[in-house]
Order: sequence, then C-alpha cells, then structure tokens
Amino acid sequence: MTDAIALLVVVPIVLSLAPIAVGKAWNRSGWVAAAAAALVHLGLSLTVAGQVFATGAFSYAVGDYAPPFGIELVADGVSATLVVLVSAVTLAVVLYARAAGPHTSGFYSGLLLLTAGISGVFVTGDLFNLYVFIEITGLATYALVATGRSPAAAMASLKYLLVGTIGASLYLLGVGYLYVSTGTLNMADLAATIPSVGYDSPLVLTGFGLLVVGLAVKAALFPLHTWQPGAYAESPDSVTAYISALVSTAAAYALFRVIYAVFTPAFDAAVPFALDALVILASVSVVVGSVLAVLQSDLKRMLAYSSVAQFGLVIAGFAVANTTAVTGGLIHLVGHAIMKAGLFVGVGALAGVAGGRTVDDFAGVAERAPIVSAAFAVLAFALVGVPPAVGFAGKWHIVLGAVEGGRWGVASVAVVSTLLTLAYFARVVERMYFQDAPASGAVADADASADAASDGVLASDGGSEAAPSGESGVSIEARLVVVAAAVGAVVLGLFATDLVSVFEPVLEVYFE
Amino acid sequence: MIDLLSTHYNYLVFVALVGIGLYAVTASSNLVKKVIGLNVFQVGIFLFFVTSGYVDGAAPPLVGHGSGPYASPLPHVLILTAIVVGVSLTAVALALIVRIYDAYGTLDEEAIREVQLND
Repeated sequence: MTDAIALLVVVPIVLSLAPIAVGKAWNRSGWVAAAAAALVHLGLSLTVAGQVFATGAFSYAVGDYAPPFGIELVADGVSATLVVLVSAVTLAVVLYARAAGPHTSGFYSGLLLLTAGISGVFVTGDLFNLYVFIEITGLATYALVATGRSPAAAMASLKYLLVGTIGASLYLLGVGYLYVSTGTLNMADLAATIPSVGYDSPLVLTGFGLLVVGLAVKAALFPLHTWQPGAYAESPDSVTAYISALVSTAAAYALFRVIYAVFTPAFDAAVPFALDALVILASVSVVVGSVLAVLQSDLKRMLAYSSVAQFGLVIAGFAVANTTAVTGGLIHLVGHAIMKAGLFVGVGALAGVAGGRTVDDFAGVAERAPIVSAAFAVLAFALVGVPPAVGFAGKWHIVLGAVEGGRWGVASVAVVSTLLTLAYFARVVERMYFQDAPASGAVADADASADAASDGVLASDGGSEAAPSGESGVSIEARLVVVAAAVGAVVLGLFATDLVSVFEPVLEVYFE
Repeated sequence: MIDLLSTHYNYLVFVALVGIGLYAVTASSNLVKKVIGLNVFQVGIFLFFVTSGYVDGAAPPLVGHGSGPYASPLPHVLILTAIVVGVSLTAVALALIVRIYDAYGTLDEEAIREVQLND
C-alpha cells in the first residue's frame, strides 16, 4: 500500500470538487462531502503511518519515473506523524465549521485544497514539487482568509497574498540557484551533490539564504510576520483554527527539510555563520512576538502574535542543530498545531457567550461556559509549558538541546518566552475565572456593538443568536473540538517519549 | 565590462526585472500596481530559470532537429508550472481587489487605511 502516500494528495484535490457538486443538489450539505474526504484522508494517513512504524521509511516514485529524475514522495517518522496531524486537524475543523460556518460549498472546497497542499508539503522529496505544494497551500489560504465577511478580510488576504508570494518566489529563486549549481532537484540527490560543488560556493550560499528567507516569510518569523495578525484576526474562526494549526507549520517543516535533508549538518559545520544568523533571527522573533502578544487586547491578534513567538522557538530549535533540540522543535511544532487550533476554536466559541473577542469581554465567561473555559485554560497552560502537557515536552527538549550545544542564548530566550507566554495567558484566564461578568444589559449592548463592529462575523457563528444564555450559546461541535484538543495536548505530553522515539531515528540519519 | 554586458545581458535583465517588481510592490500605493509589480518580480525569476537551460547555438531537444548540443528542457517545463501558479495568484489577487473596490470605493492603500481607522 505504498500508493496511499500519493493518494494523500490526490484524494483531497479530487474530492475538493465534491462539496460544490453536493452543495448544488442539497443546500448547506458541503460539509458532508468534506467530512467524508477528511475521513478518507485520515484512513490514508494512518495507513502510511502504520507502514512507516512497521517497516521504516519508504519512498514512492510518482508516475513510475525513478528519482532523481522523477518526483519522489517520502514517508518517514516525521512526515508520517505530521500527515496524521493534518487529518486530525482537518476532521476537527470540518466538525467545528458545521456549527460555526462559513457554510458555503466554496469554503469546504478551499479547505480540501488546503489539505491537499499541506499533505503534499509534508510528503514530497523534491524541492520544486515543494514549491508547487507551498503555492497550492498559499492560494487556498488566501481564498479562505477572504471568506471572512468584512471587507477588512479581503484586505488582509491581499496583504498576505503579496507578502506570501514574494516569500514563495524567493524560495523558487533559491531552488533555481541550487539547480544551476547541481543540476538536480531531488532532496536526497542534492544532499549528495552539494558537497562536490562546495559549501562555500556563492551559488550554494545564496541558494541557502533565499530558501531560508522565503520559508521564514511563510512561517511568519519576525520581521517577516506582518501579514499574519491581520490574516488570523480577520478570517472566520474555523479558518483561523485551521491555518494557525497547519499553514505556518508546513513552512517550518519545509525549513526543517531544507536545513537537514538538503544541506545536512555538514553544511552547518562548514558554514557556521548560516545557522548562527537563523538562531538570532528566531530568537528575536520569540521575544518580539511575545512582547507584542502581551500588548494586544484582541484575543485573536494576541494568539496570532503568540504564533510568531512559538514558531521562533521551533525554528531556533531547528537551528541549534543537534538531535535533542531538533526533536524538541518538531515536538513543539506538532504540539503548537493542536494547542493553537484548540485555542482559536475556544476563542470563537467563547466569543459567542462573551459577546466579544477582547480580553475584557471575557470577564466571568467561565461561569457561563464552564466546559469550554476549562478546556481553554488547560490549552493556555499547555502552551505556556506546564507539565505534563506537550508544550512542556517541546520546550524542555529545545532548552536541553540548546544547553548541550552551548547555545545559552536560545535556552534563556526559551525561558523568557515561557514567562511572557504566562503573562498574556494568565491575564485572560484571570478575567475568565476571577472577574464578574458585566451586568446582563451591558452584555446585550456589547453583543450588539460587537456584531456591528465585526460586520456579521459573529453572526456567522452558529451559536451567537443564543449568546447570553449560558453554555447553550456554545455549539456541541465547538465543545467537542476544544475538549478534544485539550485532552490531545495533555495525552501527547504524557506520551512525549514515544514522539521522541519516532523522531530521533529520522534525525540520526542526518546527524551521522 | 562591455564583454560582460554583451554575454550576460539575460542575467542583468533578470536583476532589473526583480528589482523593478519589488520596487513596484513596496512603493506604489495602488493595489493593482502592486499586483502588476508582483507579476514583474515573478517574471524576472522565470527568466532566470529559462535562461539557465539555454545553451548558445543549441538545438531544441526534439528528434529530427539536428545534432550537437541541446538546450535543457527541464527548466522550461518547471517554469510552465510556475507560470500557471503565477496566473492563478494574479486571478485570486484581482478577485480580492474587486471585492476591496466594492467595499471601499477606492484602490489607494492609504485611503483604505483611513477608512479602516475611522470605522
């Protein structure tokens, strides 16, 4: 069943037409097709993962053209884990979108296209093919961000498109430089041929720089993050949950592959300056992202800046370049996806109860929506890094690896970022649990003004009509998704050693 | 210098196009001009790829088209894909611009920002 790895990309692309077809026949039924596609995708990714865990990494030659001339799809422990993550998040978001909207068939089509693009990024073993999948991911994301009803969503989407395309084009240019110097595009083949060109060749160095900068734009590292807060804040809640969980994750994963599968640690040894620069960029990103998050009053913007910081931490882990730190980066990548998706769904669900999305609106919300609030608090503390949650496991390995590698800067930045993360989440949780809700009249007022301000974004949330009347204001689907994310974050943290044993064999190949 | 210009003019055009494109994206405040700038930027990169497969005096890699050195077809094929991606991006960008124009009645970035701040 090695075909399953190709079907991971083919099935969502083909089925992305299904929601439109089904939606034509029965109104608002697009989610049925999307849910079916997500289930098939889950089956395929579990098949791939099962094979990887049973017999080890394998590769698939697309169209029977043998690599390095044909396109190669590769599944190893890391990519298998990440495609299972894609399936799980897709399923959760399709479920949540059933209640929260947008209900159009086009939205579900876009979601499936995005699933295909991201799955492709995770399994491809070819640099140019990676560019194509990054652009499929990008195109679908721009369209999904623009499904927000306010015109500000279209503006945020266009800004994202301009910045994202420049990033992807720089990446393409880097691919071009490597192709000119080596004559191949296959990652494994590049790793074998680049040393013969010479790591200090200007073409190779420029290629590395362009690839890293291009992917850093997509992963939203400071100062290339400017597109992200707008895109996250203006898109509908279900879209934010999905893209915050997976889109930047795909870019960070691509960066991981470029650094280790294409350039290998030998490049780091030959040109230490390259990864040193990346460590500095990532560390600055952690601090600035956290500080900006503390300054936000809008919760979706706060979580968006928090992503800037967390991805800085992940990429700092990658750039430390020893097995422990890179493992930590990968664990935090997976953990961040689950926690951020859960947090954004939580904000969306609680906004219906609280009547707004600012920190002050959330005062006393825990009393009216105890289950979702509890799950939100668990996720918040998981992201801060409270054991046994997965946020702790990731940060622990990054710090440990940084200390092993003598990168005290990264270790201290990780600790500082933990304190700052606590600062912005403690503020929210304190409001939720230890402040009284405003009087009910004020809630109604706030509700009305928030509705007017966000131009119907709230109205598209299924539960907002019943807003002030307690937990009933939160849809069952939203409750399920947030609780599942909270449970997932804790369980994944408990089984972190298993994750380590999945990731380490992949890394040992690179670090030998 | 003249020698360099006459033999490497394609790379100079590539650099010029990328520079002009980036300038247009960042400096112009009209959204359509930004998108066109993005296109120019991408075309510069496409030119770099295409020119990397070019061999002076080479035949196209087709059966029955002479012998001797052939031009490498792979970069051209890659760029066909990239052009399709670029066209789709332009289409999405223009669709967004139509929506923005309907909502704000202007395509000037500064004017739109003012409207957003006043809301």
